[in-house]
Amino acid sequence: MIRLRGIRKVFNAGKPNEFTAVDSVSLVVEAKKVTVLKGPSGSGKTTLLSIMGCMARPTAGRIELEGKEITSLPERFLTDIRRDNFGFIFQSLNLITGVTALENVMLPAYPVGEKHSLLRQRALDLLGLFNLTQKALSKVEWLSGGEAQRVAIARALINDPSVIIADEPTAHLDTKLSIEFMENMESLRNKGKTIIIASHDPIVFDSEIVERTVELRDGKVIGK
Amino acid sequence: MILHPAVIALYVSSALIGFMVFYSAWHGLRILWKWDISSGSETQLQLERSTYLISTLLAYAFGVQLLSFFLYIFTAETLHTLFVGAMCAAGSLNVNAYGYPALLLKLLNFLLAGLWLIVNYTDNKAPDYPLVRKKYILLLVIVPFIAAEILVQAKYLVGLRADVITSCCGSLFSPDNVGVASDLAALPALHAEIAFYLGMALTIAAGSWFYLKGKGGCIFSLLAGSTFFISIASLISFISLYFYEMPSHHCPFDILQGEYGYVGYPLYISLLTGGVSGIGVGVLALFRKNKSLAEIVPAVQKKLALVTVLMYLIFTAIATYRILSANFTMRG
Amino acid sequence: MGPWIEKQRNILDFTLASLLRRKGKNAALLLVYTFIVFVLASVMFFTHSIKKEAGLVLQGSPDIIVQRTVAGRHDLIPASYLGPLTKIRGVASGRIRLWGYYFDPITGANYTLLVPEDFSAGAGAAIVGSGISKSRLASEGDVIVLRAHNGESLVLTIKGVLSEKSELISADLVLISEPDFRKLFGISKGHGTDIVLTVRNKKELSTIALKITEALPDARPIIRDEILRTYESVFNWRGGIITVLLAGAVFAFIIFAWDKATGLSAEERKEIGILKAVGWETSDVLLMKFWEGAALSLSAFLTGTALAYLHVFFASSPLFGPALKGWSVLYPEFRLTPFIDPVQIATLFFLTVVPYTTATIVPSWRAATVDPDSVMR
Repeated sequence: MIRLRGIRKVFNAGKPNEFTAVDSVSLVVEAKKVTVLKGPSGSGKTTLLSIMGCMARPTAGRIELEGKEITSLPERFLTDIRRDNFGFIFQSLNLITGVTALENVMLPAYPVGEKHSLLRQRALDLLGLFNLTQKALSKVEWLSGGEAQRVAIARALINDPSVIIADEPTAHLDTKLSIEFMENMESLRNKGKTIIIASHDPIVFDSEIVERTVELRDGKVIGK
Repeated sequence: MILHPAVIALYVSSALIGFMVFYSAWHGLRILWKWDISSGSETQLQLERSTYLISTLLAYAFGVQLLSFFLYIFTAETLHTLFVGAMCAAGSLNVNAYGYPALLLKLLNFLLAGLWLIVNYTDNKAPDYPLVRKKYILLLVIVPFIAAEILVQAKYLVGLRADVITSCCGSLFSPDNVGVASDLAALPALHAEIAFYLGMALTIAAGSWFYLKGKGGCIFSLLAGSTFFISIASLISFISLYFYEMPSHHCPFDILQGEYGYVGYPLYISLLTGGVSGIGVGVLALFRKNKSLAEIVPAVQKKLALVTVLMYLIFTAIATYRILSANFTMRG
Repeated sequence: MGPWIEKQRNILDFTLASLLRRKGKNAALLLVYTFIVFVLASVMFFTHSIKKEAGLVLQGSPDIIVQRTVAGRHDLIPASYLGPLTKIRGVASGRIRLWGYYFDPITGANYTLLVPEDFSAGAGAAIVGSGISKSRLASEGDVIVLRAHNGESLVLTIKGVLSEKSELISADLVLISEPDFRKLFGISKGHGTDIVLTVRNKKELSTIALKITEALPDARPIIRDEILRTYESVFNWRGGIITVLLAGAVFAFIIFAWDKATGLSAEERKEIGILKAVGWETSDVLLMKFWEGAALSLSAFLTGTALAYLHVFFASSPLFGPALKGWSVLYPEFRLTPFIDPVQIATLFFLTVVPYTTATIVPSWRAATVDPDSVMR
């Protein structure tokens, strides 16, 4: 359960190009539900997402994760929390090219210091869940769009996080793959994970599995 | 000045260490001025990022400092043939008044840098950087010592000219001469042996007690520090003698040479590591009262105590093994 | 302890893989790095080795050489000096030496003529060094003619040629008998070039030298160690000067390394951004950069040092041997004996790896402190 109180994020403070991406946002994201942040580009969805996911610190305001305040935590603590609790799926997938699908999935767990062979097996199992076992040792640039998408989801799951955050996941996908993506999210929610998606794609925010929509415009919440 | 490549290497290393420490101190000043952990402003984020730079620079400088300590001794050893009367590194260092002070400053700076890294490590374990101000003030305190070391080393090296008469290590360390180094050797071997073994036994006992029970950290730290100095004196006074199997060769630098199996390295490294960790326990005890560090400090102290106990055991073991197995005795 | 080691292993794995992925860029850096190590190492190995050789050769030199000076210059020494010298307490024995230089207009070289302690070949014979043998195209049985002090010719038959193995010291040496020597240079029996003494107790060298100057005011005693120190100083100086000159090259390399480290390609930047986004902390990325530097440094250092070893000890340093050996007409061919010690390796390390790593710390940090959310914007 993530609670935000009066969150503000300002970029380039004091300079001529000062820009407030998020302005006084307060909301609670409930656990084990699918929440969608809806709004046009520039509405602050991505920034809000990164703050919720412990990727960035707010300029002002407070944020609590499971009742514990994490606003002013220094990077190394924040990263530990992020790694343990959140899994990210990015708009442009952001898989590392030149590296195999398997290694891409293992990467987020490298700093934890788990035994390599155990980690490898877990990654293979995850890829198996998405029917990607055959492609595990292929370099990601050789995968199809749908396969790469599933590798990205598998990567987000490697540290067994309780929250999945996706930023415009369907931006580069066709309808079929977009629907497939939402189905994957549904099965994850059914396994007890919290899902937060930022999107301005109707396939996402109009989907039946969405339990809550937060509408944003110019960094402010205009509808819940 | 003697234009030997090793001398040039010493200049290069002190220039680099100087650069790293001064640059870190400059960043440290900015932190002292503007740090505010509760703020989420860009300035604060930048300052937090710069702490990584400072940690990296100082960790690296610490490593280079240790290596340059040995390089300094090596260079003195290599150059000894150029000075009449100098039989080994000890003689070279005595050529002018800056040789030994530079060595002592190097040792001191190694200890200070090590202590800083211990404090930094402890500080990083707490989520609110409780020691940030003290840490960077400590860094500013270290800066003049580094500057002093660079200057003194430079003065030593610049003042080196081949053929200068110097007292050779035999007379330097023999009991007849007056002067710091020979005073150490003048410690009667028996007294030094007793002090050494007593110091080691007490320190190891106190360390084990502290590790198991968590009590007596300050006493342990004091013992560890004293034993460190006693051990150095003992190296000169009697331990080296057993390696050389000569009753008057008190120089502690020759054991770093190949003909003695480079045994000087494990001895020096174990002693230095043990000493820094032991003194670190005492320094950390100063911060025991700090709220966020209440649990962290004892945990780190115990790790350090363990390191000291192990390192001192290694040192004692190597020395004792040699004392027992050498065809040489101080008695009779 | 276990997780820490696994973490290092994981990150090292990834680092090596990424280095191989960007072969082109890293190859250029590695090449320059290796070259710098190679050049510095060659200079140091050569200088050190030659110093050691000179030291070994000088072991056979007499403890004290006594010369006579007239008006500040080296002059012939009276044979009568021998008596008082050998009477000094601590002197075990002494003898008069005869040696000198002879300029040969044919080859333009200076020969060193020496009368050894016992010359069994007798008058009219000569034993020459291999350098002379080669330049004069004369070998055993041939005849060489030298021009004596009074213009007369001195004919000598070569009875032997000194081994090439001792070329370093004997290339230009001619050994002849005492009568021939005195005839060649016009030195009477009452005089010699200098007197050499052996001393019983090495610790008393300075004391004895002092007594010599007291007993014979115009005599100059030279102790073997002084010669050794002078040679060492010369070679140190030469090695040092070249190292200083190379400092320019090392500096350029450091700037190159810094530039490469700062100029991360967009792809590299993105990769680090992704790593930070998926859960790598700044210190993890710094660790990766550290391993990168370590891998490059280790390869360059080992390769450069190995190549330098081959260059100096097998190929006899064709690249800059002449600069270090000095000016001469008769260059002896010689193979140096490998003399490497930890001091040289340590010095090399401080002159190459340490500056390289220092130059890359700030750029690595800048790369590592990229915001985790940078890939989302």
